[in-house]
Amino acid sequence: MKKYFIDIFKAIWTVLIGMKITFKHLFVPAVTIQYPDVKLNLPERARNRLYVNMDDCIGCLQCSNACPVDCIEIETVKSLPTEDLGLTSKGTKKRLYVTKFTIDIAKCCYCGLCVPPCPTECIFMTDKYEFSEYNRRDLIYNFSTMTEQEIAEVKARAAEAEKEAAAKKAAPKPATATPTNPETKKSEN
Amino acid sequence: MEKFLVDIFGSEITAYIIIAIIPLIFIVPYALFAVWLERKVSAHMQDRLGPMYTGGWHGWAQTIADIIKLLQKEDIVPAAADKKLHLLAPYIVFIGSYAAFAAIPFSSEYIGSHLNLGIFYIIAVSSLVVVGLLMAGWSSNNKWSLFGAMRSAAQIVSYEIPTALSLLAVVMIAGTLNLQEINKMQSGWFWNWFIFSKFPFVFIAFLIYFVASLAEVNRTPFDIPEAESELVAGYHTEYTGMKFAMFFLAEYANMFAVSAIASAVFLGGWNSPFGDFMSGPIWGVFWFVAKGMFFIFVQMWLRWTLPRTRVDQLMYVSWKVLTPFAFFCIFAIGIWLML
Repeated sequence: MKKYFIDIFKAIWTVLIGMKITFKHLFVPAVTIQYPDVKLNLPERARNRLYVNMDDCIGCLQCSNACPVDCIEIETVKSLPTEDLGLTSKGTKKRLYVTKFTIDIAKCCYCGLCVPPCPTECIFMTDKYEFSEYNRRDLIYNFSTMTEQEIAEVKARAAEAEKEAAAKKAAPKPATATPTNPETKKSEN
Repeated sequence: MEKFLVDIFGSEITAYIIIAIIPLIFIVPYALFAVWLERKVSAHMQDRLGPMYTGGWHGWAQTIADIIKLLQKEDIVPAAADKKLHLLAPYIVFIGSYAAFAAIPFSSEYIGSHLNLGIFYIIAVSSLVVVGLLMAGWSSNNKWSLFGAMRSAAQIVSYEIPTALSLLAVVMIAGTLNLQEINKMQSGWFWNWFIFSKFPFVFIAFLIYFVASLAEVNRTPFDIPEAESELVAGYHTEYTGMKFAMFFLAEYANMFAVSAIASAVFLGGWNSPFGDFMSGPIWGVFWFVAKGMFFIFVQMWLRWTLPRTRVDQLMYVSWKVLTPFAFFCIFAIGIWLML
């Protein structure tokens, strides 16, 4: 019987304690921020959307090799020795046309492994993290600055140059090939 | 009020229809406001902000937007449902809670019906809600709905006893069941309110009434009929669109009804707490609604403070605590009145 009254008293008392706590919190400033209007500052080394500064890219494929999910696709075309593609901001000479440089950001796992290998520091993480799309294909970002026409031209020129080089190589080939042929040497021995 | 309206419109029927509609005109905006308030109170008690966009200032138009959305929603009726009962249930629930407003005195000049059996009528007619809830649970042909309805019926029926007994304590002092008469007896300063008379027995009766009324309107900590984490939404799981809104409206109407009875019976109803200061028929409405809203705030406050009780705890509180204490109060007040 004693426990019965103690229980009732405790029930009322603890409810009052709880009500006191919730009433206090009614006047505590909310911790919520109004997100699209107010944004928290990102940490200094936050990893978000990748960006490639194509002016500095030398097409070395280091980033795409480093990528663990293979989301970076690069295609390059050799430039002719007569052409000058300019220098990067660090002074490295550019030798390759980068005809394709796409990053599938939907695949990207934001590990940041592509950033340190870059010799010209042209691929880096930005502070953009709001880039949802309605279509998955819209998440494949193309960074190459070349137009379709330019790419076709460059490819045609490169193919021509290759043909010429092949022709040059092919011409003296039969003369030098026969004496160094290992099979013929073997048979002699 | 009746005479005034009859004089204006020239026919009694029009006047009475207007009198009958006045509480509805109050309930709908009140429910919209109370839902918004509930969301804001809950948010701030959890250090959140709650709705902030719709309408500009602190999302005041959020519930208006919600109700417009609900009106446009498709009305889905389960294929295996008992269609007639399914259709009827939300309206019966709302009628049950709306009918209680007929005997609630909003002001010294306004009461829906001058019933001599006011409190008795309210207790009787609000039981109609149980029928509606059972109907909704049964007709939905869904196990969650049926569970919710069964729990709700068990809960409301058992908590009606302490509610009625605690009100009876005041009725014994007042000697009448007419709420308007009970309010008139409490006029003057706030120490004339019944809650302070025959101290502490009426105060205990008031506490019993408040706890039991929480259970009657299915509010936390006694919200096991709706228990989101167990029963999806209880008896209104299978309801959509306007019918769901009807349940919601009935729930909030019920909340005000029990708060209004608490304020009318225990806290002087439309009487100003400060004698003649700010008293009169129009200030009466203000005081009445203010007291009602205070209790609604306390209901919300409790909801965001306490966890849900178990079914056995619920029954324990009703039968082993509230009912004996209510009997004790009646007994003590009876002896006090005899002496």
